[in-house]
Amino acid sequence: MAASKSTEKIQSNRLLLSLHQLRRSPLMLLVHLTVLLLVLLWTIPTAGLLISSFRDKDQLAVSGWWTALSASEQNIIGRTAALDQQTLTDGKYVLSGKIAGFNEQDSILRFGWKSREPEAYQVGTVAEMKNGGTLKVESDGQYTMTSATPFTGSRGKRIFYTALAAPKFSLANYNEVLRSEGIGRSFLNSLTVTIPATIIPILIAAFAAYALSWMRLPGRSLLIALVVGLLVVPLQMSLIPLLQLYNTIGGFFGVGAKTYLGIWLAHTGFGLPLAIYLLRNYISSLPKEIIESARVDGATDFDIFVRIVLPLSFPALASFAIFQFLWVWNDLLVATVFLGNGENELVLTGRLRELLGSRGGNWEILTASAFVSIAVPLTVFFTLQRYLVRGLLSGSVK
Amino acid sequence: MEQLYYSLIVMLAGVLGCVFYFVGSNWLLLMVFPIRKVSKDKMAQNIRRATAVRPWLFLGPALFFLGLYLVYPVFDSIFLSLHDRNGDSFVGLANYQWLFADNEFRESLTNNLLWLLIVPALSTFFGLCIAALTDRIAWGNIAKSLIFMPMAISFIGASIIWKFIYDYRAEGSDQIGLLNAVVEYFGGTPQAWITIPFWNNIFLMVILIWIQTGFAMVILSAALRGIPEETVEAAILDGANGVQIFFKILIPQIWGSIAVVWTTITILVLKVFDIVLAMTNGQWSTQVLANMMFDWMFRGGGDFGRGAAIAVIIMVAVIPVMVWNVKQANAQMEGR
Amino acid sequence: MTPLTGLTLKNIKKSYGKTEVLHGIDLEIELGEFIVFVGPSGCGKSTLLRMIAGLDDITSGDLFIEGANVNEIPPAMRGIAMVFQTYALYPHMTVYDNMAFAMRIAKEDKATIDERVTRTAEMLQLSEYLQRLPKALSGGQRQRVAIGRAIVRDPKVFLFDEPLSNLDASLRVQMRIEIANLKETMKNTTMIYVTHDQVEAMTLADRIVVLSAGKIEQVGTPLELYGKPANLFVGQFIGSPAMNIFNAELLGAGQNTRIKTKNGNEFVIPIVSSMNIEHQILTVGVRPEDFSLSDKANCMLSGKIIFVESLGEVTLLHLDSNESKEPLVVKLPGIINQQKGEEIYLKADLEKTHLFNKDGISLLYL
Repeated sequence: MAASKSTEKIQSNRLLLSLHQLRRSPLMLLVHLTVLLLVLLWTIPTAGLLISSFRDKDQLAVSGWWTALSASEQNIIGRTAALDQQTLTDGKYVLSGKIAGFNEQDSILRFGWKSREPEAYQVGTVAEMKNGGTLKVESDGQYTMTSATPFTGSRGKRIFYTALAAPKFSLANYNEVLRSEGIGRSFLNSLTVTIPATIIPILIAAFAAYALSWMRLPGRSLLIALVVGLLVVPLQMSLIPLLQLYNTIGGFFGVGAKTYLGIWLAHTGFGLPLAIYLLRNYISSLPKEIIESARVDGATDFDIFVRIVLPLSFPALASFAIFQFLWVWNDLLVATVFLGNGENELVLTGRLRELLGSRGGNWEILTASAFVSIAVPLTVFFTLQRYLVRGLLSGSVK
Repeated sequence: MEQLYYSLIVMLAGVLGCVFYFVGSNWLLLMVFPIRKVSKDKMAQNIRRATAVRPWLFLGPALFFLGLYLVYPVFDSIFLSLHDRNGDSFVGLANYQWLFADNEFRESLTNNLLWLLIVPALSTFFGLCIAALTDRIAWGNIAKSLIFMPMAISFIGASIIWKFIYDYRAEGSDQIGLLNAVVEYFGGTPQAWITIPFWNNIFLMVILIWIQTGFAMVILSAALRGIPEETVEAAILDGANGVQIFFKILIPQIWGSIAVVWTTITILVLKVFDIVLAMTNGQWSTQVLANMMFDWMFRGGGDFGRGAAIAVIIMVAVIPVMVWNVKQANAQMEGR
Repeated sequence: MTPLTGLTLKNIKKSYGKTEVLHGIDLEIELGEFIVFVGPSGCGKSTLLRMIAGLDDITSGDLFIEGANVNEIPPAMRGIAMVFQTYALYPHMTVYDNMAFAMRIAKEDKATIDERVTRTAEMLQLSEYLQRLPKALSGGQRQRVAIGRAIVRDPKVFLFDEPLSNLDASLRVQMRIEIANLKETMKNTTMIYVTHDQVEAMTLADRIVVLSAGKIEQVGTPLELYGKPANLFVGQFIGSPAMNIFNAELLGAGQNTRIKTKNGNEFVIPIVSSMNIEHQILTVGVRPEDFSLSDKANCMLSGKIIFVESLGEVTLLHLDSNESKEPLVVKLPGIINQQKGEEIYLKADLEKTHLFNKDGISLLYL
């Protein structure tokens, strides 16, 4: 009796539990599906670019990247072998073999021998050419061309065909942009701009942040307010005055307005408010007693900063470094204004913009170039995301 | 290869120069106020003097750069905006008069307003939804990471990515732009999206929303997680359902973070430039202030007066947010 | 040789803006003395310690360490070492580097540093942990490193800022004994110890300084403070549970003091009083352990039991009494079989009864 009662109870509990699950599961399924949809929406644009950049440039121009894995029809022009290889068989001059340049993975659907009628004949049928000649093309690219009179000339005859082209992926686009479109050069230029423009503001800001956190100085809170205020000053304000200033100074030294030093310092200036703000938030939250203990131990502020604060602030330094790196690497405006457009200076973003103008229709160049330019920030992003998130969280004025 | 060496040397020089300043100035300070091999009183005095000078050595470069690159330009821009194209002769408010009479400027102003309304709102909205949804599922972190990813992509890179989506081929041939392909699949007529006035603005905004949603999501997700679970549990015990909990318990508690996200994106939108430059360069009625300013800086050798006037307008638009930020930061510091 | 003064504080004041937090502290500390500053939180004891260390400026007054005015001397040159509440170990340095830090800053040579660190580590049983980072140590070990870091500097004055408050109860007892032993081995080092825990104060101190609201209430040996508190504040602050207080009428002054409690019984307390006005109201203070059970005719107080705490060795009775606003607490030895709600009668050990005037000053100190 008691036993059956307890099993009853367990069963009713199970019933309750499953009811509970039932009520939850469709909802959870919906959540999963919604998130999946959102993730797809957010990743598809980039995925499209990535896939396209590896596709054959002829396929890329005629079919959507989502068809990349299925075969596509393509109009191709091939040639026969050189005409002096003809043989005389059964009183006919015969030339046969594989169409030159034929891709083994393709299969031919239709062919023709006149440029005006490239799809005149079904594969496997015999085409009548002028002067009683015939041409027969098989789907695997084998052709037989006959004629009652000898073929004259040395170059092979053109064959037009429509093939079902197998999907082709290669690094050819990358090869092309890195070698001939100047992307490789721009990549180095971008690095030259980005690395010092990341490290210099970190150093300057870290010292300033320490001073604003732990040193006694008059007007400290006013200075902090100034930094917060400058956080939002639009960069556009600075362009014209600084360009004029650079012109004057550059002219004085005879080096022109557009130098690497100029752009580093510009990025330093523009990055400083965020850097100081972010680092001050972190450094001022270090335990007061550690700083005081070092002071009792006889350390000057310089010692404390270099030996205690700097090593302990690594997470904040990393956060800002990532920010500044991404921002400088991805910047177009400052680079356009303060760095020239010559081969030695054009950075990746500038190059992309130029390509958009000059090669706007050449998707193979655009996609590969774009991916080269976003590869570095994406790597940084995925490996150091932790620090980036931490920086974002402490960097926004709460 | 030569370029690589040059780059390396230039980089090293830049970084070492900076290190040299800080170490060198500290060394100099200790030379002027020695603390070893001097009498004890002298030593104490020197230490105090060095301590009084040192903050300014630490702050010096930062103040110099902030002053030169951000404070001085604000005033110089105002000055320039009252002068002619080369900054030579004073023209009073002529640049502003021209500006407000200019059609392109009015168009930019309207477009900017549109951007300001739509982009922060939708980014925050999507960010909040995704943050709330992904917190409940096991693979939420991967999802977040993928949605956050566009943050790392430059505006110009993003523009290329989306140009590819909006690409238009004449009717009849295969579409290689995803949007037109989808439209065709559902039986619609393909369009040259970025040339359709008004709607093309929206298509450009989509790019920025795509980039910024990740930022909103990260901040709001952290805010949601910071909410004490007890408040939610209490609400469940009080009989609230999921929707009520979300709107009446969660949202009010993260109001501060929503404001932060909103203002940050607002500032960004005011400065938006690369996307418009790359996608349309302001054609088909998509001009915005920042791009227009860039135009005037370089168009026909540059009209610095007009360019500066537009910059001043952008600055004025930013001031309310700036004041709010400073107030928030002050309140935060007093709270410590 | 006359004993040098270790530390002299002359009318030391501290203000933050317009708020004065220390109202003129005068104190002489002998060389090699163990002094404990004790007081409720916010009384200014930590501020006073930080001013001695040189971490906070002295607003006015003078501070001398072994005869020299150090008001303007930076912390590192005052010959002090400090142990912080949170230990303040440098988290990115090994134990060895933590202990060597100050000497490296002072550019001592390697051999000296090594010798002193090794010796100190041995003394504190830290030798096998020298290469570890602080996060790999237990709380007690971290505390020892913090102490070791102070010892290697061979300071004239050793400052402790609530060093044991982050430890759990059993470790606290153990570290307390270690600090007491440390004092034994460093006879010429003056030690100043800040705590809010009166047990630490009572067990460690040569003399205790009781602070309240920025003023010194009393300075004396632990037993002086316990036996002869100068005022109501000290009486109630030292000893746990706190001293019971209630009012009584002054009947006669002189060599002994005659008082009458509310229930009409009269008692003669062996305390000299010189009050000319009779029928004055006095405050009587009796520690819980100085009560014993009595009968109605001879009792000083009576009350109804509202709560019984049986601790085995002693029993604490909480009483609701007409004589006192606050519940009375009585500590009786052994196990007592009184029940909640019972009325009991109490008498006090008259030798250990304290009397305070209406300003709260003990009659002993008038």
